[in-house]
Amino acid sequence: MHIPDGFIDGTTSLGAGVIAAGGVGGALRQSAARLKDRQIPLAGLVAAFVFVLQMLNFPVLPGMSGHLLGGALAAILMGPSVAVVVVSVVIILQAMLFADGGVSALGLNLINMAVVTTLSGWFMFRLVRAPFRPSRRAVLGASFVAATLSVVVSAVMFVVEYAIGGVGGVNLFNVLLLMAGSHLLIGIGEGFITVAVVGAVLQARPDLVFGASDLRAEGSPRLPMKRFWILAGVAAAMLVSLTVFASSNPDGLQWVAEQTGLAQEAQGSLIATSPLSNYGAAGLSDGAGRIVAAAVGMVVTFLLGWLTFTILRRRSPV
Amino acid sequence: MSTSISVTDLTFSYPGGLKALDGVNLQIGAGERVAMFGPNGAGKTTLVLHLNGIHMPPPGRVVVGGTPLDDTSVMDIRRRVGMVFQDPDDQLFMPTVRQDVAFGPANFGVSGDELDQRVLDALGAVEMVHAIDRAPHHLSLGERRRVAVATVLASKPEILVLDEPSSNLDPASRRELATILKGLDVTMLMVTHDLPYALELCERAVIIDAGKLVADGGTRELLGDPDMMAVHRLELPYGFDLKAV
Amino acid sequence: MSGGHAHALHIHGHSVVHRLPGHLKVAALFLFVVAVVATPARAVWAFGLYASVLGLVAGLAGVPVRFIARRMLVEVPFLAFALLLPLVGEGPFLEFGGVRLSEAGVLAAWTILAKGSCGVVGSILLAATTEIPNILAGLNRLRAPKAIVAIAGFMVRYLEVISGEMARMRVAMAARGYEPKAFWQVKALATSAGALFIRSYERGERVYMAMVARGYAGSMPTFGDVLTSTADVVRALALPGLAVITAAVALVVSG
Ligand SMILES: Nc1ncnc2c1ncn2[C@@H]1O[C@H](COP(=O)(O)OP(=O)(O)OP(=O)(O)O)[C@@H](O)[C@H]1O
Ligand SMILES: [Mg+2]
Repeated sequence: MHIPDGFIDGTTSLGAGVIAAGGVGGALRQSAARLKDRQIPLAGLVAAFVFVLQMLNFPVLPGMSGHLLGGALAAILMGPSVAVVVVSVVIILQAMLFADGGVSALGLNLINMAVVTTLSGWFMFRLVRAPFRPSRRAVLGASFVAATLSVVVSAVMFVVEYAIGGVGGVNLFNVLLLMAGSHLLIGIGEGFITVAVVGAVLQARPDLVFGASDLRAEGSPRLPMKRFWILAGVAAAMLVSLTVFASSNPDGLQWVAEQTGLAQEAQGSLIATSPLSNYGAAGLSDGAGRIVAAAVGMVVTFLLGWLTFTILRRRSPV
Repeated sequence: MSTSISVTDLTFSYPGGLKALDGVNLQIGAGERVAMFGPNGAGKTTLVLHLNGIHMPPPGRVVVGGTPLDDTSVMDIRRRVGMVFQDPDDQLFMPTVRQDVAFGPANFGVSGDELDQRVLDALGAVEMVHAIDRAPHHLSLGERRRVAVATVLASKPEILVLDEPSSNLDPASRRELATILKGLDVTMLMVTHDLPYALELCERAVIIDAGKLVADGGTRELLGDPDMMAVHRLELPYGFDLKAV
Repeated sequence: MSGGHAHALHIHGHSVVHRLPGHLKVAALFLFVVAVVATPARAVWAFGLYASVLGLVAGLAGVPVRFIARRMLVEVPFLAFALLLPLVGEGPFLEFGGVRLSEAGVLAAWTILAKGSCGVVGSILLAATTEIPNILAGLNRLRAPKAIVAIAGFMVRYLEVISGEMARMRVAMAARGYEPKAFWQVKALATSAGALFIRSYERGERVYMAMVARGYAGSMPTFGDVLTSTADVVRALALPGLAVITAAVALVVSG
């Protein structure tokens, strides 16, 4: 997912650079008090940890593997602002020292992997936790959903960037399906690993899990529910409008209409890896159908999360 | 002989509630080399961390070279007490050896040519000048230990505190380090499980057990007291003959 | 979807390129890449010129072609994507050896291939000729936020320590017959990652102690700047400057 130079056009990359600088700068300012002293070496060690974790390829299904992004995990462990800074450092050094991700695409990569995964992961985490009492189970369930969706959101972000400044020639809806679908699978892997890591840390050093600080603090205030339901509404509205945008996009409609010729075979193989491809193939050709598809994807993720945790909990104390 | 380190009635508990130090008293004279023995978890590292204000008294008192350790004196005392930690990977945290050795004196306000000279002198004392531009993590463990010693020598401390300096070193590196330590003109407190090493380097030794100072005397005498040794889980290596050294 | 590597790409050497100050090289790479990205893809000649610029730098620095080629593997997923574009793209189409290729797709594939490769080779050359501390010092001089550079320094320092710990854990697990094939089996792996996090964090705490013991009071000392001569500036920026001019010409001619 490290975008190379030239994949997205110059203007978009530049714009992304400005936005990323703003985002990372904001995170730096937010975390300044904590980063000042003791957290600098800590953040460096955690950055090295995230880097090493990203080298860890995990099997998603037999024959298919993905690697961790770690944004949601970092946010749950360190808090969102420090996490943005930490993952940014990882992304910057990957570009500078390892030629992984283009220098001109640094802004894009920072947005996708350092800012969006981290913040969306944190946001989902808080959101899922909001209605429940603070408990280990709630933290782990929320971690799963947050990590899974953060990967999907990051993939969608990539498609948005591709839509704005990608070199053309391919229809966007196709790219969206491919990216969101494959990343839902990768995201589930990310979810599992994130949960296991958070669970292990929660067991040995619960004080190190920022997102669970309310578990041990005696009577620390509960999450401000009202604010989170407002944010949840905003998120839902964004999701719906994004889906509508994607589906009302002429490219998308054209794709459905254009199911003939050589392009069809190629597309067939391209999206075969996507679980959502079934929904497309089932003839959900209108915007409403796609919204349903997206919603189903979300619901399935949530359900999977809960299911996993009831099972895991019964078997062993994670 | 003037007193270099004076610890009085020092007690310390970790947040978990565990009492790691329990009324420790210890005086070390200027220029003395003292070994500290004790089983794992006895509180040795904890005591040593008090000597340059990473943990602070009270309860108890720590006086270094006549200056009581408190919030106002702590920076000065950190300069005068050099700490070599148990794991050199914790101690060497900068990207290059040069920057690592310069870290201490730079924090204490040394800069420019004098800083460069300090770095060279300190690395010279441990015979590691050739590694000045290398990354610490590319050095062998023995070399890292030596550089770790240099990082504190660069601040020109009066007192050197070493936490298990010989652990995991091969026999040659262990010997080289001993030669270097013997050549330094400082007061030295050395935490160690390596009893022959202590015998070679330190004329005096103390034993800490369960947070209490339980013995203080000549190294040779302590090591020659089998009852005392057994009670505090101390053992000389197999075949080691005290009288032969 | 490429994973990273714990060992940076540095190749030891004393060439002109190696000796340039880090901040100039970082700036040069940035300038070069921006020029490449801004060049219209149809100006094929311009990319020929960029390739020669890169070849020249590689030659001066003594970075072997094989080394560069091997490192270019990080680009592969995107190249695969690029090669699919002519097949999945939309009309108008052109026939090529009996295969119907999308015109826009072919151009897009070329864009990704050409620009991406120039960028990745440029980055490889920077990493190959610049020691990590010099890159960090360079970022410092280019006014990257202090906290970012300081954190980066610690990260670089402990990368191998932590990946070593990770590798040992995996070996220990493999020694006991653990080899995950699907994601429902990764729990043990992830639990060890949890242990790794705790170890990393606790090491962070000990490092902090070691820093405090040597007088750290919240800000990292900065060490003397490398002197930058005008000649260095000229040397570092000449070729990227050429690339910028090329890009400008290409924009006028083909844009
Ligand atoms: N950060 C900490 N938090 C809580 N307890 C601690 C901490 N560090 C040490 N302890 C406990 O304090 C006691 C003394 O530990 P200390 O590290 O001083 O022992 P030590 O004599 O240095 O042991 P060793 O020979 O193994 O290095 C031990 O029981 C240890 O578990
Ligand atoms: Mg100890």
